[in-house]
Amino acid sequence: MEIKREKLREFTPLEQPRTAEELRVRQLRARELLSGELEGRDLEAHVEERLLATTLEKALSWARSNAMWPATFGLACCAIEMMAMVGSRYDTARYGAEVFRASPRQADMLILSGRVALKMAPVIRRIYDQMLEPKWVLAMGACSSSGGMFANYAVVQGADKFVPVDIHIPGCPPRPEALMHGILKLQRLIQGNPDLGWRQRYNAIGTEEWARKPPAGSLTPPTGGEPAVGLPTTNGGEASDA
Amino acid sequence: MTESPVTSHQSSDPAADVVGASPVERTDALEGVEPEEELFTVNMGPHHPATHGVLRLVVSLQGEVVKDLRPIIGYLHTGIEKNCEDKSYWKAIPFVERMDYLSYFFNMQAFCGAVERLLDMEIPDRAKYLRVIHLELNRIHSHLVWLATTCIDLGAISMFWYGFRDRDKVLDLFEMSSGQRMHTRYFQVGGVFEDIPRGFEERVRSFCAEMSTRLDQYEAILDRNEIFLRRTRNVGIVSRERMLELGVTGPLLRATGEPWDLRKVSPYLAYGDFEFNIPIGTVGDGYDRYRVRLQEIRESLRIVEQALDGLPEGPYLADDRKIVLPPRDELATSMEALIHHFKLVTEGYRVPPGEAYHAIESPRGELGCFVVADGSAKPARVHIRDPSFVNLQSLRDMSLDGYVADLVQNVAMLDPILGGVDR
Amino acid sequence: MPDAPGLELIAQELNRRFEGSVLGTYYEHEQSALVVNPEHVVDVLGWLRDTPGQEYRFLSSVHGADYLPAEPRFGVHYELLCMARVERLRVKAALADPGGEELPELGSCTHLFPTANFQEREVYDFFGIVFRGHPDLRRIQMPEDYVGWPQRRDFPMGGEPVLFTHNEVETPAWWE
Repeated sequence: MEIKREKLREFTPLEQPRTAEELRVRQLRARELLSGELEGRDLEAHVEERLLATTLEKALSWARSNAMWPATFGLACCAIEMMAMVGSRYDTARYGAEVFRASPRQADMLILSGRVALKMAPVIRRIYDQMLEPKWVLAMGACSSSGGMFANYAVVQGADKFVPVDIHIPGCPPRPEALMHGILKLQRLIQGNPDLGWRQRYNAIGTEEWARKPPAGSLTPPTGGEPAVGLPTTNGGEASDA
Repeated sequence: MTESPVTSHQSSDPAADVVGASPVERTDALEGVEPEEELFTVNMGPHHPATHGVLRLVVSLQGEVVKDLRPIIGYLHTGIEKNCEDKSYWKAIPFVERMDYLSYFFNMQAFCGAVERLLDMEIPDRAKYLRVIHLELNRIHSHLVWLATTCIDLGAISMFWYGFRDRDKVLDLFEMSSGQRMHTRYFQVGGVFEDIPRGFEERVRSFCAEMSTRLDQYEAILDRNEIFLRRTRNVGIVSRERMLELGVTGPLLRATGEPWDLRKVSPYLAYGDFEFNIPIGTVGDGYDRYRVRLQEIRESLRIVEQALDGLPEGPYLADDRKIVLPPRDELATSMEALIHHFKLVTEGYRVPPGEAYHAIESPRGELGCFVVADGSAKPARVHIRDPSFVNLQSLRDMSLDGYVADLVQNVAMLDPILGGVDR
Repeated sequence: MPDAPGLELIAQELNRRFEGSVLGTYYEHEQSALVVNPEHVVDVLGWLRDTPGQEYRFLSSVHGADYLPAEPRFGVHYELLCMARVERLRVKAALADPGGEELPELGSCTHLFPTANFQEREVYDFFGIVFRGHPDLRRIQMPEDYVGWPQRRDFPMGGEPVLFTHNEVETPAWWE
């Protein structure tokens, strides 16, 4: 199976100027606009390029990512580092994520901080189901990403066994800065290319996973591309939905 | 909401005022108002905002009065004890460390102490003092987190920020000595892993000086705060005899007036060399528990300063190279050190058959570690007697016939760490 | 801890009171332990708690150990503490495995020491040792419907094998 790595930085929302010259031209045009010297077709072109470049979706995803409210889901030791991240030294409030909502209905993000015990897994799944779209899951620490050091009967070996995880954050426990890095990466993911990762593999819109071949007459989901090499297809070799 | 049964008190000195007597009398004082007769069972599920971990409480309420309470645990059960049987003694230390995840040095000390007992090994004085310093710093850290989360449960949210701000300073000290903020794996059987770096002592001293002033500030906020007093006074009282019957130890027991602290009655490590007091309470309510813990922070600061003053020179590791990993600089020069290192890391040292139970005083009570050795390089059984697990049994006694809000507070005052409860 | 002669005196006294209760004593690493016949555990604990001069009124811990393949297989340890004299004494009940579907049984001491409530439930949960007379014997750490006694030595550790390049092809469909 091929693992393709894509740089997230390419997908920042506001179009970055590609060259220094482009930037200079833009600066000059902006100055002219402000001083009232830009007219006619130049004016129209400039306005179209700068202001309408931000489409509604981009604005929405920018707003969403900068105000992600985590659900209080402290399980074990990582929870203490998560609380430390909310503290005054590693302040998450500047990223909009300090409001920890106790009710899953009001939360955007589930930070699974700590080891997931066998008894707790159905509870987490229920909380995840109760959250409203759009929602994201961060597996904080080694234990929720992969079972961590506890390879035994009592710990679920990775939260991806029952919830779809967007970002895995390594560490035992990860420093608060590492957790913040994960949150910022999630922000860039949301703003730039929200279909990366598991959503692409499962052809998911938001967090709803569609079957590979949706029933006739229903809305066709956006294709996430071909299933990766090696994945079993449902009807033995047939390509996924057009 | 009916009018409060406690008549508005006119006295300006809240400490002199006996507020409303016990919760039982509070409910009886609701004259002329019929509480609902049927019992209403509520599940305070494993996911709830009181940030004490995944504890599930099934509470039967009559109105707002708790009539029955059943804690259900196991939502964080990690099978640590079983996993330790598969690892050599050296490798079991990080597992044991992650049980009670706020007092990780104490977990390590309990395990290393039990194995050192089995090996009949004496650790050098410098190692003892270093261990005491780190243990007491960890006690301060644990009590600060307790203060922060308890005050958030009571509604005094600003204490959360202050508590975590100071906690970060303690973690800076741990990072200085071992490189890791939490779960440092700093102790090993035979001493500590590495000596403290230069500058550690000054940082600790400045922290201690600063912490004393901070504690004064916290006490100024909370000690005579009317809301805090009204909420914590005479709440969750359990008698001393009942606490002893339930096996409760630690600040909960000391708040009832029993002067029982393992550091004083059976000194281990170097605690016999230091002068410190054991704070005890009188009534055993929430306010006493708060005062006991805050005073314990002060006493810990005293111990740390005395330990720094008397820190002896010398080795920080025991001499027996068949058990203790050699310091890394020795590996470059000595062939035996290299061989020992290799054998210890790949196979591990063998412990002669025997059983030992080593108990220490953790911030929550008596933390004991029971190790069965069968002569091989892996422990045959490791069991940790966790204080939070046993203390949880007193929650029912504390909360019966009290209000639900007091139940939340009792859970907070218990200071349960679910990692230890569930292991 | 009562020293070795003191331990022997206790053992003799107990054997006088309850015939055949103490099967052995051992004193190692400055810790004393009595090995007790499982039938008489509750009597022994009661005697140790109530007799003036002994007064081990505090039960620190109840835990189990599986000594497979040694016989008797299970040991249930009671860590007793006398707070007045600061002495610890371990009482070990040596239980044999009846084999097959049957579970080993022991009398519960919750009426003597209420602290044993949760702890005996834990021993039941992990080793399958039934405590007769316990007010509420059910699983405490594992889910209620779990099958198996996890901390027995013959119970598998569980977990998944760590993935390396040499075994990733055999490990079935790990990418799903």
